[in-house]
Amino acid sequence: MSFGPFFRAAAAAFLAAAAALAHAADLRIALSADVTSMDPHFATVAPNIAISWHVFDALTRVDENARLVPGLAESWRAIDPTTWEFRLRRGVKFHDGSELTAEDVLFSLDRPATIANSPGPFTTFTRPIASKEAPDRYTVRLKTRAPYAMLPFDVQNIFIVSKRAASGAASEDFNSGKAMIGTGPFRFVSFKRGDRVELARHEAYWDERPAWDRVTLRILPADPARVAALLAGEVDAVEYLPTADAARLKRDPRYRIVDKVSWRTILLHLDQERDRAPFVTDKAGRPLDRNPFKDARVRLAVSKAINRGAIAERVMEGFAVPASNLVSPPVYGHVSALRPEAHDVEGAKKLLAEAGYPDGFGITLHAPNNRYVNDEQVAQAIAQMLARVGIAARVEAMPVAVYFPRARNREFGVALLGWGSMSGDLALRSVLMTFDAERGWGAWNWGRYANPKVDALVVQALATVDDGRREALAREAATIALRDQAIVPVHHQVATWAMRAGLDYAPRTDEFTLAHRFRPR
Amino acid sequence: MLNFVIRRLLQSVAVLFAMSLLVFVGVYAIGNPVDLLISPQADQADIERTIAALGLDKPLWEQYRIFLQQAVTGNLGLSFQYNEPAIRLILERMPATLELAFAAMVIAVVLGIPLGLWAGLKPDSFAGRAIMAGSILGFSLPTFWVGLLLIMVFSVELGWLPTSGRGPTIDVLGIPVSFLSIEGWKHLAMPAANLALFKLSLIIRLTRAGTREALLQDYVKFARAKGLPARRVVGVHVLKNIMIPIVTVIGLELGSVIAFAIVTESIFAWPGMGKLIIDSINALDRPVVVAYLLVIVVLFIVINLVVDVVYSVLDPRVRLSDTGS
Repeated sequence: MSFGPFFRAAAAAFLAAAAALAHAADLRIALSADVTSMDPHFATVAPNIAISWHVFDALTRVDENARLVPGLAESWRAIDPTTWEFRLRRGVKFHDGSELTAEDVLFSLDRPATIANSPGPFTTFTRPIASKEAPDRYTVRLKTRAPYAMLPFDVQNIFIVSKRAASGAASEDFNSGKAMIGTGPFRFVSFKRGDRVELARHEAYWDERPAWDRVTLRILPADPARVAALLAGEVDAVEYLPTADAARLKRDPRYRIVDKVSWRTILLHLDQERDRAPFVTDKAGRPLDRNPFKDARVRLAVSKAINRGAIAERVMEGFAVPASNLVSPPVYGHVSALRPEAHDVEGAKKLLAEAGYPDGFGITLHAPNNRYVNDEQVAQAIAQMLARVGIAARVEAMPVAVYFPRARNREFGVALLGWGSMSGDLALRSVLMTFDAERGWGAWNWGRYANPKVDALVVQALATVDDGRREALAREAATIALRDQAIVPVHHQVATWAMRAGLDYAPRTDEFTLAHRFRPR
Repeated sequence: MLNFVIRRLLQSVAVLFAMSLLVFVGVYAIGNPVDLLISPQADQADIERTIAALGLDKPLWEQYRIFLQQAVTGNLGLSFQYNEPAIRLILERMPATLELAFAAMVIAVVLGIPLGLWAGLKPDSFAGRAIMAGSILGFSLPTFWVGLLLIMVFSVELGWLPTSGRGPTIDVLGIPVSFLSIEGWKHLAMPAANLALFKLSLIIRLTRAGTREALLQDYVKFARAKGLPARRVVGVHVLKNIMIPIVTVIGLELGSVIAFAIVTESIFAWPGMGKLIIDSINALDRPVVVAYLLVIVVLFIVINLVVDVVYSVLDPRVRLSDTGS
């Protein structure tokens, strides 16, 4: 048969093309956490925000490296120290065909304050705004009470909804889709709670057109279920690949893994305020009368005792990078001049001896066991490393629901925390500024590090509108605090995505999984 | 009989009350969900304002009083996490769990009783021994491991069944069910089999033990001596008499399958109540946890009542006492 080979080749080409057509247009992604509501202003929890980024836009947004870039506002500037002006993009269309105007923006900025019963309100980001006005259809001016440099950063958390569709809408109207009208890359199709979210391409999207007609985001919180769905070909991509499966998938040519250092830093808080720290004892288990962590040499000894490379390589299977900073390398305000403290057992022992603890002492290292990647194992590894320099450490790990309230109550002497922040000065404000409930500083400063110089610099940074100067101030404050060993940075987590070989994804520091950023290869 | 039922229902109100108090105090003692759900950027003032907005700053007894007041009107509170009525969230997911539980129990009963009978009638045959060996495996293999194994074999390697999820549903009287379509069955098969395994083993062993005991009874010997066909001896004289313990166990196990299908639901991402309760406990979503446990208590009460009634039908010697004991 002379036409045999030709026919077969043609048939094969046809089938391949048909398969490509069937696949190229649809994308199915497995997400790792449950989505509680479609309402973009209900709760500041990452799984909800990830969905919102598909359907809505904000005035600003961050790119893969967590740097601020224009969103619905094509530009912004401070016209005086307390007034920010945002210029909107023209011709941006909502999913219902109407045009985005300043009215929608003002409405959206007002809406978070109207949501009752939110366990994590977005008002954190809108409260600094004292008044707002729209001088014309495409301009929005926001006035703050005091000079506030973070505003352009803060507004990336407030999704812009359509005033017409969302007026008077309750969270249920978003869940049903009635009020789910945004300007984002995808239209909302359906939401089955605890199961999936379905989306379709917004043909009139103002930014780069997504490659997918339809997107299904499946909610698969159990790690094995997510990996099995990928292996069985039921989904095209998954987020948060368990570290144990990563090594195996990496060797398999049918899959592609991308990763990126995430914004989450794992660190230790050491109580350095009280004269007697809880769970800090002598080797026999009797409480110490003085708190060794008040001495910076002891804090440095703890830092030197930790073999960060080993934790990153073995406990985290390579999905972590040793940390020297409170914020991870791509993030605004990271100080690259600081290097991760080298592993130095002898040096740590010497410092302990100098500080008056030649035989070490005993601690309990408290950690959550369901919050961060391999959190309990990381704590166990640190405890063993501390034992080698003479600090007998016991690990007590507990679910985060129990852990956070106890840590906030200051029941721990040494506690592990993971922190993710979009900018260095904000991270300092929450984690290292002197605790001040009144002014809201140091809400997560469990170790109670206190340094007026750092406080002053952070306050100044947050009020500095000039970007370069602000980052310099944030870096200066971070350098002082970290040289004081205010915390012990351990590592920055690395976020992972796995997908079939025909796909590509630009991995993100903020860990979000965005369907429109997936591309066929 | 009517008195008996009324007395039972009154007792259950007391149980519900005690249960709600226990759970309320327990979750309160752990902490509040705001610590877990608030934005990391929120300052201390934001955190306190939010706690106050959810009413979590009030003293415990005051919170409980408000809960009771609303509960009498059928309102079990809004979920902190979802901002929707807790009871609605539970009822929304209940059909999925009930379907899974009933499918599992049907598998367990339909396979378990015949296999148990066989093993009891022919305890020394190869089949009898194989059935017993299998039931030991069913007892001792952990559910999550068997679930993962099923997924690896039937979904990843063979590609016959989907790994997880519920698949398409069809509404029957407003209740979404998946057993009416082939696609739905494909999704249901593995989780149901996984959940059924333990119960199946239990029923096999119970049936076998009952059968062996019954075979030695005089009435069975007499029936045989009378020359009744084997089918009638087994089907009527043996089976009817061993059903009482089996019905008790089926009743109790049905309750536990509904309430605690959590492991299977997580592995197969089955959108049922089990997943909801785990998420809610992790997020300290007290209204959902309380409402869920109340629903489960009601379920157990109803099942036990039904079991008692079935007893009296199966065994004429059992009378549902009007006077109580």
